[in-house]
Amino acid sequence: MTIAVAVTASWYLTLAAALFSIGVAGVLIRRNALVMFMSIELMLNSVNLTFVAVGTELGLIEGHTAALFVMVVAAAEVTVGLAIIVAIFRKRSSADVDQLAELRG
Amino acid sequence: MAEVVVFSIFAAVALVGAVVMVTASNPVYSAIGLLGAMFSIAVMYVMLDAHFVAAVQVIIYAGAVMTLFLFVIMLIGVDTSDVYGMRPMVQRVMTVVVSIGFFAAIVLAARGAWITGSDAFGSGDFNGTIEAVADNLFGNWTIVFLSTVMLLTIAALGTIALAYFGHVSADDEEATL
Repeated sequence: MTIAVAVTASWYLTLAAALFSIGVAGVLIRRNALVMFMSIELMLNSVNLTFVAVGTELGLIEGHTAALFVMVVAAAEVTVGLAIIVAIFRKRSSADVDQLAELRG
Repeated sequence: MAEVVVFSIFAAVALVGAVVMVTASNPVYSAIGLLGAMFSIAVMYVMLDAHFVAAVQVIIYAGAVMTLFLFVIMLIGVDTSDVYGMRPMVQRVMTVVVSIGFFAAIVLAARGAWITGSDAFGSGDFNGTIEAVADNLFGNWTIVFLSTVMLLTIAALGTIALAYFGHVSADDEEATL
């Protein structure tokens, strides 16, 4: 007797939620700006997975289109964000966000 | 059944890669972990019949974005940013609690809204080929697509401005100090 187990939408959505939570933990726990940035990328990826899973489940191609737009915005964000990190590093010789405290009153 | 096996393997790879990315003390290991997670997500896209999105995921994320990350790590130095980079123990415990609570909140809140069917994916006639995506992209979302062109141009200009003027102003500040 074989047990019929099929991969449903809930599996993908649960995986996406878990990846998003790990990304949240990364942003909260790390002080290195680069690793925080990677965590943000992971969160964007998990949201993309949600879009595509729901789009496929409902038979709507809009889910895939939305994922592509998120990718475009993420690419723009990566270029600008990494340029900012490099500019900060040139000035401070550190990528530690806790040392960026010029605005502290 | 094969689908369940593939999903389990690559879900495990994605989760392990994400955890490695958060916990590794060396940023290069973080980048490798993120690469594993992104590649596993590309495999998920293939299983979801999103062929074009899977190809874009591999080319843009696993290719371009990760290369950019590794270039920046190389540029600012692997060893210099190697303070352990973690917050104090109290904050670490609180972060773990908050993220697990966040996950539980998503699952609990979305449980009623999720589609709970027993039918597997890929059984319908849905297919996310490049033709289907392009038809939607250039048919219904042309204006949005064109505005992303503007966004990318502005982002490129901003990056050039940061790299050029940011350097000059840093020198000026050093001179005045």
